[in-house]
Amino acid sequence: MANLKNTEKKTKAQAMGMHTEVLTGRTQQKFFNPDEAENFYYFGTYDVDFNKRTDLDVLDMTAPEANKEIDNLMSQGFGTIVIKNPQGKHSLGVGILNKLNLIFEGSLGYFGMGSCDGPIVRINGRVGWSCAENLMAGKVVIEKNAGSCFGAAIRGGDLICKGSVGARTGIDMKGGTIIVGGDAGAFTGFMMQRGRIIILGNVGINLGDSMYDGTIFVGGEIGSYGSDAVDSELTKNDQDWLKRKLKVAEIGENFDVTKMKKIVAGKKLWNYDNLEPTEKKGAI
Amino acid sequence: MCGIAGLIHRGKSSKVGHELQGMLQALKHRGEDSTGYALYGDTDGKNFIMRFKVGENVGEGSTSVAEDVSVYDERKKIVDNYLSELGAKIIKEDRILPYSLRYEIEYDKKDLLNFSQKIESIPGVEILSMGKSLEVIKDLGNAKMVCDRYNLDKLVGTHAIGHARMATESGVDIKSAHPFWGYPFSDVSVVHNGQLTNYWNNRRALENKGMRFMSECDSELIAVYLAEKMRDGASLEEGMKDSLSGLDGVFTYFVATKDSLGMAKDTMAAKPLVLYESDELVAMGSEEIAIRSILPHEIDTYDPFDGEVKVWQI
Repeated sequence: MANLKNTEKKTKAQAMGMHTEVLTGRTQQKFFNPDEAENFYYFGTYDVDFNKRTDLDVLDMTAPEANKEIDNLMSQGFGTIVIKNPQGKHSLGVGILNKLNLIFEGSLGYFGMGSCDGPIVRINGRVGWSCAENLMAGKVVIEKNAGSCFGAAIRGGDLICKGSVGARTGIDMKGGTIIVGGDAGAFTGFMMQRGRIIILGNVGINLGDSMYDGTIFVGGEIGSYGSDAVDSELTKNDQDWLKRKLKVAEIGENFDVTKMKKIVAGKKLWNYDNLEPTEKKGAI
Repeated sequence: MCGIAGLIHRGKSSKVGHELQGMLQALKHRGEDSTGYALYGDTDGKNFIMRFKVGENVGEGSTSVAEDVSVYDERKKIVDNYLSELGAKIIKEDRILPYSLRYEIEYDKKDLLNFSQKIESIPGVEILSMGKSLEVIKDLGNAKMVCDRYNLDKLVGTHAIGHARMATESGVDIKSAHPFWGYPFSDVSVVHNGQLTNYWNNRRALENKGMRFMSECDSELIAVYLAEKMRDGASLEEGMKDSLSGLDGVFTYFVATKDSLGMAKDTMAAKPLVLYESDELVAMGSEEIAIRSILPHEIDTYDPFDGEVKVWQI
């Protein structure tokens, strides 16, 4: 097993503000004894073969029907599934708790790829609101634009939009990485708690409003800062990580990361050690 | 939550009634208490088309009180008399439903304020739209039901906006349904998705300035607000930009005039809007599936940003 107590790595992670993060979902966590792996069962998962490929035309299917069929195909061992004619339907590809190579040839509506844990997804179109909400692990790549609440409450994985995204990107996110090749709307990183957001273009007003923790990197102009969002120094570690991440994300490989701005929480808004007014009375 | 949709063809006409029906029907899960269309048809531009109602739809789900059809007949007679007194000549008359009528009228005066006030002084009568191209059709039910009831499928025009309503702030009736006519301006209509929180403050101020409200639906405020700005000399786009700070709450709204279509999104960007834009066509809706109903092939769409205002010409 890997030595998780590697001091050097821990220090580096701490320097980047990642020391409290758990960036992986259940499929990637080593929270059980490997010797007992054969006894481990994760509901809704199958052994799939990435070389076993099939197409699924969802033109005349409802979202539940399409999602059940994806599940059915995974149960047959298909590891690569190409979805034809998604036509902006809502809630496609939700709840996939499996390693899977999933390709959408078209656009998705709201809540596409929500609550997933593990799949590698490519969407050759646009996505509506709340794409990949609650993503726990895996990678979702959107070739065009995305709507608001992109990556809301994600806990892990990589969520990449090559175009522009709407408002409240990464709202309430608790881990993982969101990468946007274009611009982002208002309230990006609103109430984010952990994780990282990278925006190569401009961002709208109230960036990082009420963020608890986490980091936002911006390559373009910032409309305005939200409450408690403050600038921080972009370190060498940050730059190396950004370069690596952008390369993996297939966007901005040649982007000059040295000019990016780093925004973090000022941590002045909240203080859990403070007593509530009623408690103060009692203390007095 | 309501759904809105709109489209504008640039440089040509199309079956906008049929297209908007498809877009709004795709959004019916966002509300089907009532559905409304503002269609800008191809006309010779000589006469006014007045869509008006002399009563409410009291069918299933309605919050209106039933009235005898003879009451509608009586109101129609008074409307006809008043039109004659105003110097307006009825060229063509269609009584589509007992409570809903369409008149083509010859009226050469520019001031529609006195005209509208006179007609609407009749209790139970409301002008839904007045214009040389605009026709507002709204009724209870989903888009298909309203389209079939009013035979809108074949209407040819350049642009249109529509609304699928889930009633939250006011009753399930035609007077609270969208679109709202930009009274007293010819050919101006508005649809809105969202909630306005400074409705009463604005309403009181606007009423003091002589503007009229026909319902207690907060969305009507947008039409009246823009109408008041234009009355004071602002352009449509200027009025829309002003509304971003003058209206409080969350909103995405469309406004259409005889030759243009515009959208505005509040600074919180709390209400959805997906937009497709090309040289020939602009189509937009609360959800992408609305656009897909008329453009099933792969297209590039995007969400306008917070505080964005856009206006397109035909």
